[in-house]
Amino acid sequence: MVIPTTLTLDKVRSTVASVVDPEIPVLTIDDLGILRSVKVEDGRVRVTITPTYSGCPAMGQIEDDIVDALESAGVEEAEVVVTHSPAWTTDWMSEEGRRKLAEFGIAPPTGESEVVCPQCHADSPRMVARFGSTACKALMVCSSCGEPFDWFKQF
Amino acid sequence: MIESATSGPQGTPLHTRESSPALWFADDNMVLAQRLAEWISNAAELEIDIALGNIALDHLGVARSLYTHVAETEGLGRTEDDFAMRRTEREYTNLLLVEQPNGDFARTMVRQTFFDVYQSLLWSDLAEAGDEVVAGIAAKAAKEAAYHLEFSSGWLIRLGDGTEESHQRAQDAVDALWRFTGELSAGYEEEWSAAIGATLAEATLKIPDDPYQRTGGRLGYHTEYLGHLLAEMQWMDRAYPGLRW
Repeated sequence: MVIPTTLTLDKVRSTVASVVDPEIPVLTIDDLGILRSVKVEDGRVRVTITPTYSGCPAMGQIEDDIVDALESAGVEEAEVVVTHSPAWTTDWMSEEGRRKLAEFGIAPPTGESEVVCPQCHADSPRMVARFGSTACKALMVCSSCGEPFDWFKQF
Repeated sequence: MIESATSGPQGTPLHTRESSPALWFADDNMVLAQRLAEWISNAAELEIDIALGNIALDHLGVARSLYTHVAETEGLGRTEDDFAMRRTEREYTNLLLVEQPNGDFARTMVRQTFFDVYQSLLWSDLAEAGDEVVAGIAAKAAKEAAYHLEFSSGWLIRLGDGTEESHQRAQDAVDALWRFTGELSAGYEEEWSAAIGATLAEATLKIPDDPYQRTGGRLGYHTEYLGHLLAEMQWMDRAYPGLRW
């Protein structure tokens, strides 16, 4: 028996869903929309995820974190599968995820013309750099309060 | 064709005749990722350094996904590392353009603009293609290529339509790299030429008169630069086979 009988599929799923993105730790992989499915087959847990960006360097870490989280919950055999199809889009990010991002000081994904400052909520920020601190973000500066902030690019 | 080499360093058979579009596109992205990574810590501004690093990462991600897909499809137990780290120069099927040295920033931006336009066209096509995995990789890569192109063509226009010095350097770069665009745009000649023509016009740059074109990348016939790039990229895996950290 590789999965303790006390562990329900719901519990397995919530364990996986609570794994956070190592680069934006306010977001879980469920918030991000990269967690596609959690299945139990023949006593093994099989988790399917989709990368955000082709070159997202966090994917390997996320795979390890999923296996570690399941191990801590008592699952001995878990497999993480990366699928590229269909391609992830920021549309898959949950409302909860968008709210958490804004609270954290990162403008959530919207069209470039709709970005608002997460501090003072003024619109029309200026883009400082198309490529920011991680692959998924660009660096903006608020034209009202002058605060620089990251914008999670809409893809 | 490539027939001279029959076995690899450890006696493993080289699949010398293997060539598939998925492998071509993986090789293009692998080699360009390696080139762009050479800029890290060398760019004039931190923002450029980060941008080129990020673009390199996207190319690397595309290459890794495609190598893995090719490996899984053939089912011979090979991995992405076998393709990236254990093939020789003659087995790489990348376009000649992407192996060209970085040169100055203008040359890197011209190379990138030429490539980004091609990649945008290619991935948009393949996103609608039959192979589900490739279509998924392509759908993502198409968006990334469009974003890269905004950066590269934006800089090309600023450099070309900038100072006398930046204009001359951008024109020198176009002149030097134009000979590698024939094999790059194959299949997309009209769309590629239209897009590049418009960008060069906005950048006040001229298309070279010399029609000479070099080809051969898809057949494994490379310019002198690829061997040096692979030597640096592959030496650790070749010196310490199976090394992990």
